[in-house]
Amino acid sequence: MGNAQVSTPFFTEDHNAFRAVLRDFVQKEITPHAHEWDEAGEFPRELYKKAGALELFGDGFSAEYGGHGQRDALMRMVIMEELSRSGSGGVVAGMLSNYIGLPMVEKYGTDAIKAQVLPPCMAGEHIAALAITEPGGGSDVARLTTKAVRDGDHYVVNGSKTFITSGMRADWFTTAVRTGGDGPSGISMLVIPGDVDGLSRTKLDKMGWLASDTATLYFDDARVPVGNLLGEENAGFNYIVNNFNPERIDLATQSVTFARVCYEEALAWARERHTFGKRLADHQVIRHKLVEMDRRINACTAWLELLSWRLNQGDDPVVEISEAKVDATLTFEFCAREAAQILGGASYLRGSVVERLYREVRVQAIGGGSEEIMRDLASRQLGF
Amino acid sequence: MKVAVCVKQIPDPADPGALDPETRTLKRDVKLILDESDSYGVEMALQLVDAAGGGEVVLVSMAPNNERSGLSTALAMGAASATLVSDPALVGTDALTTAKILGKIISDQEPDLVIAGSESSDGYTGTVPEQIAGVLGWPSVTAAKAVAIDGSAMKVERQTDAGYDEVECSLPAVISVTAGVVEPRYPSFKGIMAAKSKPVVQMTVADLGMTAAEVGWAGSGQEVVDVTVAPVREAGEKIEDDGEAHLKIIEFLESVKAI
Repeated sequence: MGNAQVSTPFFTEDHNAFRAVLRDFVQKEITPHAHEWDEAGEFPRELYKKAGALELFGDGFSAEYGGHGQRDALMRMVIMEELSRSGSGGVVAGMLSNYIGLPMVEKYGTDAIKAQVLPPCMAGEHIAALAITEPGGGSDVARLTTKAVRDGDHYVVNGSKTFITSGMRADWFTTAVRTGGDGPSGISMLVIPGDVDGLSRTKLDKMGWLASDTATLYFDDARVPVGNLLGEENAGFNYIVNNFNPERIDLATQSVTFARVCYEEALAWARERHTFGKRLADHQVIRHKLVEMDRRINACTAWLELLSWRLNQGDDPVVEISEAKVDATLTFEFCAREAAQILGGASYLRGSVVERLYREVRVQAIGGGSEEIMRDLASRQLGF
Repeated sequence: MKVAVCVKQIPDPADPGALDPETRTLKRDVKLILDESDSYGVEMALQLVDAAGGGEVVLVSMAPNNERSGLSTALAMGAASATLVSDPALVGTDALTTAKILGKIISDQEPDLVIAGSESSDGYTGTVPEQIAGVLGWPSVTAAKAVAIDGSAMKVERQTDAGYDEVECSLPAVISVTAGVVEPRYPSFKGIMAAKSKPVVQMTVADLGMTAAEVGWAGSGQEVVDVTVAPVREAGEKIEDDGEAHLKIIEFLESVKAI
């Protein structure tokens, strides 16, 4: 994988320097606690502040609000890779809900709302989340039903959102609401404060991502200032669609890095474990499994590096990002399976990294657009 | 307030280097990184400057090659500038000569305080900070765990086996710190970007008014005459718990006088 020791045409000294800091940070602050936080069902809020201090949340955000002052898809890839090396999808998802909740604030928010929301989130003092999916429908965003009705200087919000990452703790929800008629042209984006009257939250128990707090949100006559509208009223659908692309390549990078972690766990085990008088790694069947894992990971990583570079050139490779997300989650699924086979019983023990990642395959393959939706999107874009 | 921090760039301990069979010293022709033990000194210096309400932290370092990556790390943490003495003639320089060289740079910098790690993580002589103080004729306080500056005086809590001593001395002075006295900050994104434009002044032995004969192997008053490979750690004793294992553990701890 891309790392500080291996040069590629894409990563510069800046990327490598920040990667080295992140690797140190993750090794010291996250990896040793990953299992404990999974069992606890959350990780300390303090971790956001520590990450904020090294400006982990800043890619794509204005320097005046505490961001990096630039969007660099390759730097984002570095951030995703290094966080994901912790082997905890829950921590990664929780930490990075800012990266799906805040881009629309940066892009479409008024100066006042940006000044209110972005600096504390960049500093890790506040948490942002994206609230789009509803109990009544997932990927079909155009049919969402949470209503926001204008009443003087406020919108009155009623409805429900579910599968919201960081939903229990978020201080800000970038929320898709219906302000107009049916279909995609009646959707707006509102930034809703977490402490607004009329908002209640229920924690969801999950198969994986245990360290992240995922919630269903209920809005019951929640009054949100009109100044919290992002961009134009009823223009939200396109904002949402444009927000998906970075999320999907982020999820793809996370997935292939989790695949790499599975591979490394399996490789270490295969070198150490002896069966039938020799190391596991000396059995041809195991060696082939390892090579097959490495082969798929390398191919997928190379593709993601290229796509990140293309994003930096101003390209918008929607089809290939969709395809790459499918490739990355299938690679992850394959590697989690093969690592589990190599580790045998050890992979079935709670606390094993592979056990955790095996449970996290599904959410990576479904969240941010399932493999089926990704293929469908790609096929429609390709115009068969 | 101006604080000079002595920092060393060493081979990455995660990828241990080999010994040169001729010189019997560590090969340093690999990529070097900031000695982690020095990050505590950098952090303490940054905190002292903050507490003083302003000033700067400057780095002083010495390396036989032109390596700067370790300095970049300390600059990204917040140090303002660095001076690096880099010269092929420095290969083989012993601790006392190192102190003389660093002392010259420090003297030119005119800091209020010098901070150094108690010992490097590769050479481990553990003598350079005190030798720098000796060269400069400044007070030396070792094992500083907490430092408070009051005008031209300094109060130091000095770690001891029993607790800590309270030591007072005048400035300028040299203190050494051990790992763990402060929590070094991680360099931030902007810190990394800013470090690229911070000045790193590179000097040769000649720039310091010294000759090659005074440094390196030629100038060293000591020679490593022999090295022995450390014995491989032996496997520990496994105790199967048959309900009485705790007694065997107590017996073992008593045998090594741990309890």
